[in-house]
Amino acid sequence: MIFSQVLAWFADPAHWRGPDGVGTRIVEHLYYTAVAVLIASAIAVPVGLLVGHTARGGVVLVGSANAMRALPTLGLLTFLFLLLRSQAAATLVALVVLAVPPVLAGSYAGVRSVESGVVDAARGMGMTSAQRLWQVELPGAVGLLLGGVRSAVLQVVATTTVAAYVGLGGLGRLLLDGLNSADYPQMAAGALVIAVLALLLDLLLAGVARLVVPKGCRLSRQSDLGRMAAAQPRLIGG
Amino acid sequence: MLGDIGGYLSSPSNRGKVLELLGQHLVLALLPLLIGLVVAVPLGWAAHRRRWLRAAVFGSATVVYTVPALALFVIMPGLLGTRILDQANVLVALTLYTGALLVRPVVDALDAVPGPVVAAATAMGYQPARRFAAVELPMAIPVLTVGVRVASVSNISLVSVGALIGTGGLGQLFTEGFQTRYLAPIVIGIVLIVWLALVMDLLLVGLRRVTTPWTRAA
Repeated sequence: MIFSQVLAWFADPAHWRGPDGVGTRIVEHLYYTAVAVLIASAIAVPVGLLVGHTARGGVVLVGSANAMRALPTLGLLTFLFLLLRSQAAATLVALVVLAVPPVLAGSYAGVRSVESGVVDAARGMGMTSAQRLWQVELPGAVGLLLGGVRSAVLQVVATTTVAAYVGLGGLGRLLLDGLNSADYPQMAAGALVIAVLALLLDLLLAGVARLVVPKGCRLSRQSDLGRMAAAQPRLIGG
Repeated sequence: MLGDIGGYLSSPSNRGKVLELLGQHLVLALLPLLIGLVVAVPLGWAAHRRRWLRAAVFGSATVVYTVPALALFVIMPGLLGTRILDQANVLVALTLYTGALLVRPVVDALDAVPGPVVAAATAMGYQPARRFAAVELPMAIPVLTVGVRVASVSNISLVSVGALIGTGGLGQLFTEGFQTRYLAPIVIGIVLIVWLALVMDLLLVGLRRVTTPWTRAA
């Protein structure tokens, strides 16, 4: 039976230790994910906040973010690898391209979600443009911004498996090596570890969002719909 | 580069292969979209009517949607008893995904139908089933379309990941290009996938406009 074979695979301590054990693979996987999401955030958060703040170029921003979403990561990865001849650079760029759109959409939608009356009031109190961005719009945007980061993390953690295809590590190794040696229990074990990792990360990020979002800016249940409409891919307006 | 692509496509066997993969890709992405929608509508309706069902449905949808696609493709043979390269794995996994993705928009859309409209339909003698089909569901289409567009783009891109474990679709052009160190098939694959996502998105927007003539009046 398949399930007992998978359990037996997990029960073997040799599969957990060493440079190609599950432990190392998890660390590699999380490392690639963290680097890609950090770089993507460093690019996308300032751009999203600024475009949201100035309210100029929003259409172009949302349009280009959505066109990026349609790019297949495996295609981009193989393309970049043949072009750059570097496993690490190709993987990193492909994963950053994957992570930028949700962060961009989240930070832009976050700033736009702050009620214009509130921003006007801040202006009336004599706040400068920078003060309004830091003290009014950013706290109001944190909820949607983190929502964008969370969905970026989940997409990258799901897709980092492709790193193994160009010869890097990560949990994709278990899948691809298992496929090459016709070892289904190893593949299934790898898939289960990836699934559990994604679920745990999602819970963790939900907890972080709960801690970080200011009390006055908690999203109500009703705004879920607006968040979905704002943060999801739309290739074409309308 | 363009010469390479022209060269690749000048061979009839390559052209035939690309067309076949495009067809496979279309089926693998769109069949789950259709079945997922057909599953999500009654499920969402039930969750809309019964509060206690809502938490259970949303909870399991979130769990399904959080599991990475490739992992789901690999776990499927263990659950279904299929072979690892069977396209049924991709079909079933993406159907689960689509259903999980669409159930929330269905509930949100049904919740957003104005109470007086439902009350008016009831007063005109509509029984619940007919009221749902003739009034509530059509009014839910604009919100529902947002969800279907997300699922469509997401399915089209997820099918290509299946190429890693050898299930068909345009993703095979990526693995072929990688193995032969040849850019042409990779570029063709990327262009066709983006094009497919764009065309589907346009079609869905058009479909929404045709099915909701009242939204254009304003």
